[in-house]
Amino acid sequence: MTYVFQFGIVFDHFPQLVEGALLTIRLAALAMVFGLIVAVICAYLRTSGPKPARALVAVYVEAVRNTPFLVQLYIIFFSLPAIGIRFEANTAALVAMIVNLGAYATEIVRAGVQSVPAGQIETGLALGLKRLQIYRFIILFPAIKAVFPALASQFILLLLGSSVVSAISANELTAVANTLQSTTFRAFEVYIVVTLMYLAIALAFRALFAGIYWFVFIRGRT
Amino acid sequence: MRPFSFNDFLFILDATRWTIVLSLLAFVLGGLLGGVIAVLRISSFAPARLAAAGYVQLFQGTPLLMQLFLIYYGLSLFGLRLGAWTAVTIAYTIYAAAFLGDIWRGCIQAIPKEQWEASRALALGYLHQLFLVIMPQAVRIAIPPTVGFLVQLVKATAVASIIGFVELTRAGQLMTNATFQPMTVYPIVAGIYFALCWPLSVWAQHLEKRLRVENVMGRKK
Repeated sequence: MTYVFQFGIVFDHFPQLVEGALLTIRLAALAMVFGLIVAVICAYLRTSGPKPARALVAVYVEAVRNTPFLVQLYIIFFSLPAIGIRFEANTAALVAMIVNLGAYATEIVRAGVQSVPAGQIETGLALGLKRLQIYRFIILFPAIKAVFPALASQFILLLLGSSVVSAISANELTAVANTLQSTTFRAFEVYIVVTLMYLAIALAFRALFAGIYWFVFIRGRT
Repeated sequence: MRPFSFNDFLFILDATRWTIVLSLLAFVLGGLLGGVIAVLRISSFAPARLAAAGYVQLFQGTPLLMQLFLIYYGLSLFGLRLGAWTAVTIAYTIYAAAFLGDIWRGCIQAIPKEQWEASRALALGYLHQLFLVIMPQAVRIAIPPTVGFLVQLVKATAVASIIGFVELTRAGQLMTNATFQPMTVYPIVAGIYFALCWPLSVWAQHLEKRLRVENVMGRKK
């Protein structure tokens, strides 16, 4: 059996794919920013918050890290409406991504926080800084610097994992690909092109992270 | 529509075994391929090293769902009529191999260079060096991250439900369609995943801690 590849049809619809890719990038970028904010807050609560808050964060982190992202997505999109919380597909996807990334990033940031030498924290105490000030001005910066590579790979995993949000008909790159393959019957060609687009987006994000690392942590600090 | 009954719960529990079987198949087959990848990554033959690195980059840099689609739709184009089981097993084997290969390469490279040099000085050949001297030490540090990856693999099998493979998540979907009780069904599904993954996570953490303790004790000796 011979199969003739026809990539022409895919490229005729390239603008649609680019639109899907832009939504994928926007979802991932927003989830990264908000996920990191969640992580910074939760890592603080986990390390120096009141006891109930510590326990609550621990439950959140363990619950998310030991269940599949797809199931978390289904709970947010299909289950929550039963108790009156309703999201539109793209919003549900974003919320699920933030919840998911927030938990993984909390663990990563916490490891960074714990790697900061106790002497620096004691110095802060001696200077009369409050706990939150110590966290904000002494701990946070070197903590994030120390775990930046781990955070970056977690971000990439999230970006690639975001392709499953097509399952709730959020119209990002994979969903566009699904529509396209069902109208053109060129499944293989469509998915090859889209896979390469994901690869390119992942590489671009990796370059961006290297740039951010240099800009924030290296430039002007010897 | 009908109420969610105990039988529905049993149906979901029954489908859990396919999640477990797929995870184990992918772990064993992916482990074999991943071992080859890890050895190629540290080989002194540059093309082999590059090919293995390219493999890891390609499969860690693209979505698992795309890999599933490509294998599911792709191989049938070349006249290979694959059942869902075969396609899914191949896809997860490839996926697991990319991650395990990378993890194990790191573990092999963590063994001090002197071990290679000393075994070389004892006139051991490459394979003897690798399997008699390096591997036994590398395996010890490889166990915690490998158990950690098993958790990731179990969770990753949920994606197979998207191409219609009936495992835990797909069973949950089917039951939701039948009973229209998503607020009951999906938390149960999540709970079963948690019951599978959490013990493994705790075990991985425990192993890691013990390894750290052993390292510190070893250095003190």
